[in-house]
Amino acid sequence: MKYLAYVDVKLRPGISDPEGATIARALPALGFDSVHAVHVGKRFTVELEASDAHAAQALAASLADRLLANTVIEESVIHVTEA
Amino acid sequence: MSATIGVIVYPGTNCEHDAVLALESLGATAQLVFHDQSSLSGLDGLVIAGGFAHGDYLRPGAIARFSPVMAAIEDFARSGGPVVGICNGFQVLCESGLLPGALQKNKGLRFLCEDATLRVASTSSVLTAQATLDQELVVPINHFSGCYTCDIDTLRQLREEDRIVLRYVDNPNGSVDDIAGIANETGNVVGLMPHPERAYRDLLGSSDGVVLLGSLIAAATTRV
Repeated sequence: MKYLAYVDVKLRPGISDPEGATIARALPALGFDSVHAVHVGKRFTVELEASDAHAAQALAASLADRLLANTVIEESVIHVTEA
Repeated sequence: MSATIGVIVYPGTNCEHDAVLALESLGATAQLVFHDQSSLSGLDGLVIAGGFAHGDYLRPGAIARFSPVMAAIEDFARSGGPVVGICNGFQVLCESGLLPGALQKNKGLRFLCEDATLRVASTSSVLTAQATLDQELVVPINHFSGCYTCDIDTLRQLREEDRIVLRYVDNPNGSVDDIAGIANETGNVVGLMPHPERAYRDLLGSSDGVVLLGSLIAAATTRV
């Protein structure tokens, strides 16, 4: 079966996010006064082959931990769908 | 016989020739080592040079970790061989797990290219053995992701084990505890963001990198 794994990588809570803070500071100038905070992350769309959704999830989790995220400062959330 | 120091080159590394020039001017023999080599035989020390290994894609140092030469570097480090990662090389060492922590984008989000004043915080490493404690050194920095980050337990361990080797006098990038360079448990693997190979003679504005590279060469010489 072909699956798409969406891997969202974001900074762990408590790790400073100067990009997010800078974006948040710029928003009031555009009139977005109700934005409290912005957090920057990355999304990877991984096309993969697996026997079932559970296996696809496990594969994506493994490659996220080994490469896509630096687990010292980042964490990942994975969402799998059939391709 | 002089020590032979390998300078690791990944696609996108750009400080390797500076490192070779600096090491050779200080009496070592230097040799470029391309990332697809899997043997480091004949080498007494290693420098992982600065630049943008594999384009810094994903994260600085993230892809370099999977180069064939990496397993050989890990073996060399485990056998006690002196390894110094400069700038991007420091990022590679953190990504590969040879050093703890990570390097984030600079606080303030500026690419920093300027002289930094460093203070020697430990002399029990292959990079600082010939320096004196609290000695101040002017060495240039040139980086966007140089903000050293680690969890509180790692920081406590680094302090207790005397593994913070260099600190910034005026922290330019937001690094935790003003850290500019750290060592592994045995002091033979060191990573630092500043570029000592760009400060090896007065003509370059500073020769304060000499005591650092000289320490590395001395450590390598014991393995000849």
